[in-house]
Formats: sequence, C-alpha cells, structure tokens
Amino acid sequence: MEEYALIMRHEDGKKVASPEQIQEWMKQTMDWIGGIAAQDKFVSGTGLPFDDSRVVHHNKLVTNGPFGDIKETIGGLIVVKAKSVDEAVEFAKGCPVLHGDGNTVEVRRIAKDDGIH
Amino acid sequence: MEQQLIPHLFRAEYHKIVTVLCRHLGIEHLDEAEDIAAETFLSALESWPYKGVPPNPIAWLYAVAKNKTRNFQNRSQTYSHRIAPELKGDMNVTETDLDLTDQNIKDSQLQMLFALCHPSIPVESQIGLSLRILCGFGIEEIANGFLTGKDVINKRLFRAKEKLREAKVQIEMPSESAMTQRLETVLTTIYLVFNEGYYSESNDEVIRESFCHEAMRLIRLLLDNDSTNQPEVNALYALMCFHASRFKARKGQNGDMILHADQNESLWDVELISQGADYLNRASTGSKLSKYHLEAGIAYWHTKKEDTKEKWDSILQLYNKLLIISYSPVAALNRTFALSKVKGVTIAIEEAEKLKLSDNHFYHVLLAELYSLINRRKAVDHLMTASTLAKTKSDKELIQKKIQLLKTRD
Repeated sequence: MEEYALIMRHEDGKKVASPEQIQEWMKQTMDWIGGIAAQDKFVSGTGLPFDDSRVVHHNKLVTNGPFGDIKETIGGLIVVKAKSVDEAVEFAKGCPVLHGDGNTVEVRRIAKDDGIH
Repeated sequence: MEQQLIPHLFRAEYHKIVTVLCRHLGIEHLDEAEDIAAETFLSALESWPYKGVPPNPIAWLYAVAKNKTRNFQNRSQTYSHRIAPELKGDMNVTETDLDLTDQNIKDSQLQMLFALCHPSIPVESQIGLSLRILCGFGIEEIANGFLTGKDVINKRLFRAKEKLREAKVQIEMPSESAMTQRLETVLTTIYLVFNEGYYSESNDEVIRESFCHEAMRLIRLLLDNDSTNQPEVNALYALMCFHASRFKARKGQNGDMILHADQNESLWDVELISQGADYLNRASTGSKLSKYHLEAGIAYWHTKKEDTKEKWDSILQLYNKLLIISYSPVAALNRTFALSKVKGVTIAIEEAEKLKLSDNHFYHVLLAELYSLINRRKAVDHLMTASTLAKTKSDKELIQKKIQLLKTRD
C-alpha cells in the first residue's frame, strides 16, 4: 500500500465566497473525506485557508497571499492510502473542488522514508 | 434477614475493602487483599446468624477487616524479622491502621483504576481485573457476562495479576505529563466494560445491566476528581447515559432484542437522556475533539425519534469526523446508512459497495435495508447471505424475521 497526496488546486484564489457557500463546501468536502475514511484509506488532511498567507519570492520579497502573479492556488491537501495511482485517482475524482471549472486535483505519490525513493 | 443483607453488602463493600487493602499493602499483595476481604465476609456469615446483625453492619465489616489486616501484617513482619533481620527497612515499618474513610476509599479506587488499566497489561486482563477488583463481580458472573467458562476467567485473572507484579505497577495517580495518555487507556477499558454489558450475547440480563452501571460508576469516580474531570470523560459519560436510557425499550416481552427504529420511545428514560445532554454540554470545552464527543453527539441525535433533515445531516457529519479520527467497520456501515438518509439509497449503495466488508453480516443487513425499497429480490438475497454469516442465534433470528417481513410485504 502506497500513500498519495491529493492536492486541491483552485484556478482563481481571488474569488470570494459567502459564509453559506463556504459552509456548503465544507460539508461536501467532509462527505468526500468521510467516504474515503469509511474505506479505511484516509491518512491525514490539511486545509489551507487563504487569509494570513504570504508568498516569499526568490529575492526575499514578500507579498500578500498566493495571489497576483501566481495563477493557481492550493486550497488544501489530503493524504490517502491506495494500492495504485489509479485507486488514488478514483478518490480524487470525488473531490468537490472539481465542481469548479478550471480547478484540479493533483495526485502525487509520497516518497517513502527508506533512503531509496 | 442477614441472608439478603450479606450478599447486598458484599456487592457494595467487597471491592472497597479490597481496593483500600491492596493500596495499603502494595499491589504485590493483591491476592492477600482479596483473601482478607473474603474472610471478612466469611466472619459475618459465621457470626451474624447467631449473634445477630450488628447495629452498624458496615462499621462491623470494616473493623474486622482492620483486625485481619493487622494480624496479617504482624505475621509477615515477624516473618521478615526472623528471616531477614538485616533488612533494616522492615524493622521500621510502622503499623498503621487501614483507613476506610469515604475519602480514602474514593482515592484508593481511583488510583487502583489507573494501576489496573496500566498500558503494560493486555486490555482483556484490564477488563477482567477491573470487574473483579473494582466492581466486585464474582468469577462466575464475569464468566457469564463474557459467555465463557470460569476456568478461562480464572486463568486470565491469574496471568493479569502476574503481569501487575512483574511490571511493578504502582498504585498511584499518574503524573500530570502522563495523565492524558493514561486516562485514554482507562477510558478505553471502562468503555469496553460498558459495551460488554450493553452488547453482550449473554442472557443474564441482570449481570449485563450491572456491568453498564458499574462502568458508569467508575466514570463518576473520574468526574469527581479535578485532575481527571476532563472533557472526554464527560463526553463518555454522556454517551453512556444516552445508551442506558434505552435499557427498558430494547427488551421485548420474550427477552428478545428490539432494534432502535422499532422501539417504543415512551419507554426511553428521559431522566438519563437529559443527564446525557447535560454532560455533553460540560464536555464541550477545550480544543480536543475525542471520539467520545462524536459518538455521544450521534447518540444524542438518536434520542430524537423523529426523522428530520437536520438530524441525519448532523449524524452524517459526525460519522465523517469519527471515521477520520478512528476507523471501525461499524462506524463505516452506520455512516453509509446516514448517507442514504441524506443523499438517497442509490448513492449510499454505491458507497457501501466500496467498503469491502462483504464478510461482515451487518454489511449485508445494511445493503438489504438500502435495497428493500427499490429491489426486494436483492434485499432478500443480502439477508440470506447475512444469515449464513451471522454467528449468534439472536442475530440469525433477527435476520430471519426481516426476511419474513420482506416476503410478506405488499
């Protein structure tokens, strides 16, 4: 069994959602994660709120938030257990972030701490 | 009169005397503590029928226990004086009386709870020891509760006591830094004692309910102490109140089980339900959300018989969170049932099939329930599979009843 990170990307982090909308998204996200956890395949998860975020550039310039030059922003990530990348992809397909046009979920295998991978 | 009085006192006092004694003598003398406590009750059995019941029976028992303890200590002190005179420490042992005040009984029980639920001891043994030492159940009662023989329980307790001695477990409260972890072990054990009573297959209804009541009493010990009165302890107590409120309603006339959806809610104990709600409120402090919080939250919603959108929405979200922090097949199946209430059976069936629990009979009961409105044939098939997978007679009977109901439904 491998572990995969499912990284949720939003096309436009500048969009502002209403509290009701955010609550509905939260519910959908919890239903998605709950479905994975019900299969005993959930490892961990981290939400990444946009407020209080900064971007540090190569010349140590600090800008507010992951906005502006960077088009896509990461909304959060979860780590799941899966036998193959295909199984991880099946989990990713259920992610509610994908309801938004242009949003993506990136599936990445997590390197094992065995000095080889 | 003493015929009923002595068993009653045994149930109420034996475990107190053993616990205080054991703390007094040290965990390595657990057997002796049990012997002295048993002899104390034997003395009552021998003396009361002839001399009459003393005016204060409990004080009488305590006085006898104190004497017997003093004799035991004198004997073992003489022994150590003769055999090991070079051990200076033993020469200075001051003879202190057994302290059987309410406060010391409570303190001793709490410390003993932490000693018996020590991480170095297998959880099965923790349960057995707690039932025996802290709750005063007899070997036969414990065996009945676990649907097993006295030999098995005796062996289990023997090994558990050996472990306690080997691990040199101290009868004391854990340090502040170790408290969170140790408390978790204690709560797990008490929860298992409760479940043993609540879900056991044993027909001995009295024993089963008293397992539950004793588990609740042990939680109250924790709630009464500032260092252990933590949010998750309140949450677990709330959960037990909600469950216990259904004791009467879940028993049929022939002693058969009545499932939650078919229960007559007028038999639910409203007093316990409101107590549960009260403790759940008290649990809502701090930043840690334990699985007991979530399970108590789910049990709270189940005290409302009426199906509302809010109810099933909340239950689904609670199961989502519960599975994230602690997976179990039961939670996975119950979540899927909640999902069917919120999003409909088609989505729920899809999700159920991903659970990979097809060797679990509850999985097939769930699928039968989901299919029952849209495909009766499939529902019956799943119940047939469930019936072959079910291990106990009462489970098989419940499933057969469901098959009959489905077949005769229009």
